[in-house]
Amino acid sequence: MKYEACIGLETHVMQKTRTKMFCGCKHEYGAEPNTNVCPVCLGYPGALPVLNMKAIELCCKAGLLLGCEINPHSTWDRKNYFYPDMAKNYQITQADEPLCLGGQVMAEVNGELKTFTLERIHQEENAAKNTHVSGASLIDYNRAGTALMEIVSNPCMHSADDAFAYIHALKLIMEYGGISDCDMEKGHMRSDVNISVRPVGQEKLGEKVEIKNMNSPSFIVEAINYEIDRQIDLIESGGAVVQETRGYDPDRGETFTQRTKENAHDYRYFPDPDLLPVEISAEQVAVWKSELPELPVQRRERYVSELGLPDYDARVLTAEKSISDFFDAACKQTKQYKLVSNYLMGKVASLVTEKGIAIGESRLTAETLAQVAELVGGGAISSSAANELIDVLFNEGGDPKAIVEEKGMAQVSDDSALEQWAEEAIAANAKAVEAYKAGNAASVNALMGYVMKQSQGKANPPAVIAMLKKKLDA
Amino acid sequence: MLNTKTISELSDLLERGECTSVEIVNDVLASIDSRDGVINAYLTLDREAALEQAKSADVARAAGKTGPLLGIPLAVKDLLNVKGQPCTCSSKILEGYISPYDATAIAKLREAGAIFMGRVNMDEFAMGSSTESSAFKKTRNPWNTDHVPGGSSGGSAACVAADEAVAALGSDTGGSIRQPAAFCGCVGLKPTYGMISRYGLTAFASSLDQIGPITKTVKDSAILLEAMAGHDEMDSTSLSLNPMTAVQLMTRNEALTEIPISDPKEYPSDTNKQNGMFSSELIDDHSLKGMKLGLPKEYFVEGMDPEVEQAVRDAVAHCKELGAEIVDVSLPHSKYAIAVYYIIATAEASANLARFDGIRYGLRLDGKDPAELYGKTRAAGFGSEVKRRIILGTYVLSSGYYDAYYLRAQKVRTLIRNDFVEAFKQCDAILAPVTPTPAYKIGEKTNDPLKMYLDDILTTPVNLAGICGLSVPCGFSKAGLPIGLQIIGDSFKEGNILKVGHAYEQTTEWHKQKPEL
Ligand SMILES: [Zn+2]
Repeated sequence: MKYEACIGLETHVMQKTRTKMFCGCKHEYGAEPNTNVCPVCLGYPGALPVLNMKAIELCCKAGLLLGCEINPHSTWDRKNYFYPDMAKNYQITQADEPLCLGGQVMAEVNGELKTFTLERIHQEENAAKNTHVSGASLIDYNRAGTALMEIVSNPCMHSADDAFAYIHALKLIMEYGGISDCDMEKGHMRSDVNISVRPVGQEKLGEKVEIKNMNSPSFIVEAINYEIDRQIDLIESGGAVVQETRGYDPDRGETFTQRTKENAHDYRYFPDPDLLPVEISAEQVAVWKSELPELPVQRRERYVSELGLPDYDARVLTAEKSISDFFDAACKQTKQYKLVSNYLMGKVASLVTEKGIAIGESRLTAETLAQVAELVGGGAISSSAANELIDVLFNEGGDPKAIVEEKGMAQVSDDSALEQWAEEAIAANAKAVEAYKAGNAASVNALMGYVMKQSQGKANPPAVIAMLKKKLDA
Repeated sequence: MLNTKTISELSDLLERGECTSVEIVNDVLASIDSRDGVINAYLTLDREAALEQAKSADVARAAGKTGPLLGIPLAVKDLLNVKGQPCTCSSKILEGYISPYDATAIAKLREAGAIFMGRVNMDEFAMGSSTESSAFKKTRNPWNTDHVPGGSSGGSAACVAADEAVAALGSDTGGSIRQPAAFCGCVGLKPTYGMISRYGLTAFASSLDQIGPITKTVKDSAILLEAMAGHDEMDSTSLSLNPMTAVQLMTRNEALTEIPISDPKEYPSDTNKQNGMFSSELIDDHSLKGMKLGLPKEYFVEGMDPEVEQAVRDAVAHCKELGAEIVDVSLPHSKYAIAVYYIIATAEASANLARFDGIRYGLRLDGKDPAELYGKTRAAGFGSEVKRRIILGTYVLSSGYYDAYYLRAQKVRTLIRNDFVEAFKQCDAILAPVTPTPAYKIGEKTNDPLKMYLDDILTTPVNLAGICGLSVPCGFSKAGLPIGLQIIGDSFKEGNILKVGHAYEQTTEWHKQKPEL
């Protein structure tokens, strides 16, 4: 029998807010433990939550970017469970009336554009960070109560590739939308994965298994693949999948039982009496819509239609927001769009890989890269000199023109120098000259190579060709 | 004997330079020293700090500062956070906890110059009607020390009745201010939900809790209400209202209009004073002419003590003599109030009290894992009434029971509220008893929680409807125990009930009686 997997993701995204969800404490990564805390986020007696309207705005904007409907009346609930990462021992979340309903994520899977539908997006608060050291557990409440939204997809994915593409597309939209930095290492984006299998053609979903709290997309892929095989094997061998929560062990590449249905939490959701419902008017939604930033797919179109880039370039550049932003900034300073694109995809990309740092962490700026493109486009330096110049700018920074001057990178177009190099080349390469004269026009390239070598790359190639042809044809 | 006086009397004396705040605090301390050994109202006293604050108040007054609460000492129910003071909620689980912040109501009173003398006893986490569920002591009723002072704000009412305080703060979730005020012969005000910020009030049932005063006169309650009321950006359920002075608050009002939430800084200002809608003459005119007072037949319940019923009916007749028109109103769903209350209040409490887990503050008994630590800590820290209510609340929220209990209770709550909406179309305020009986004996009902729950039948509907209620002394039983008259008003119509209460009080002698101690 053939089986089909049905996969749904619940993705938690930490929003880029200045303060926490329900109190005025700062939201910052890496602060001294338990310094950004107050009676509210520590769950002290008598403290009350108050909504952070910026978080509401970001959640709704995320929803608008994903084509969700904004719920005009959304409410707050308490999710009850005891754990030391939750000071009140209940989490404020939205069970019945979330901020955003429906929506979809478009993603390219193996060259095919797929649409993955969403059920909802709701707003909630983050838990504290527990660290287990020998014989003790430490709790850092700096993260407690920070704004966290949960994007819930329908079980509409059918493979690990689908899930991977979905996560990637979602991450990109969150970054482009200014909703979250989506830094996986800082835990900005984590997913719970629901997986079930069913015989192809069957409508009813199979019994599902949930794999909790994964932040690495590659582990998610591994876990899904393992779990699909495990479930099919189980059914094939006459067994049945039981509804449960499983964990993923990346070292062994296996999932394992964490909590069975019998031991599942009863969260006892009920409306939080401390918070009033959020009422969002159509006018407010219209304002937020007008403020939405450009998404990757829109940028890609603009690069092709307005800047004349090949679609390949447009796709590569928009695959990472930081690169695309850098490109846009550089293109404000120069019209050499294709050259900027070439450098970003070529030399800059290889430097980023080689040094292991982000483009923003290097000393290269959009302005200096634009200047390099201008220098090349205007014939002042050669392409090889440009690569050398970018190397310097990336590592040390500085003024491109000054570096060109200082390092003698300027391209020579001066006729007397070119004439001398051309004559030397012709004298030293009798064979190539002969071949040229016999009708092999391409032989001129060998002569030009000689000139470039002699000139240490400073000769302007088109001018060299012209000079050589002038001499040979004379 | 400055401790026997009211806030407004003391404020006049201070104003005229006839006494100092230090003298007031010393008299209150002397009264506590001589009487609290029997009454047991105070859990902790902050003598030095109180005297220090009194000195500062006297200095401030000499420098020109004024105000009705400047230099006035108050007793605080032990669930309101006062920075640097304990806040045990009369529970072992919070023993040793020192509050790191001021509740908003406390901060406002502090700003007005009030002095926080000490913490007074209550039922553990405000769960009870007799203050017997306190983990620390049994507070006695000053009128008969074999009897309970009522609860949960029993310490607040007892210390005011015994003149161990000039006035006190309490909280009312299902009658916890009005009932002890009635039992102890004091005035108790439960303001409209949202009138006073709940920030810093340790939550029992968040949709029902309100802070309120327990005082010797209606006017004192109005003074404290004025100081504490208003929108607070730390409490989203606090409503934005036009500011009112005590005098305005004691004046019949048709509507307190809401001001936009975007402009909370409006408070305090005196826009109303300027527009001449209110005048102080009105409060000294004790006529109730033009006022309609509703009498709900359902509130004279079966099993009610005939002495209580008689005292309340006499009070109704008195109000009629003052010019009020008495109309019959019906509140048919109030009979479900106890059932609804004990579902909603316990459900909310089960979550509100989850934070007392031994991890960050308060009592902690270690365990091999978090679950064991929680279990041991909460088993040792909570008393049996609190445990009973947490279990009940957890049950009614459980999957499979939620719709039958919690959801249905919320629907009936709406019906109870609608009854009041209808009733207030016919009257300005409603008159009723506060409790079916006067204060009972200590220990009389501790083994029968259900019987004790039923005593809240006349007070819980007000909390469920989110409206305001006032308890005013209206007589004594033959055994010499006080009886209270309950005056119920619509949302933010505190003006109506304070006016009726003040007129009744000033034309009767009940509030002038003092217990023999
Ligand atoms: Zn905080």
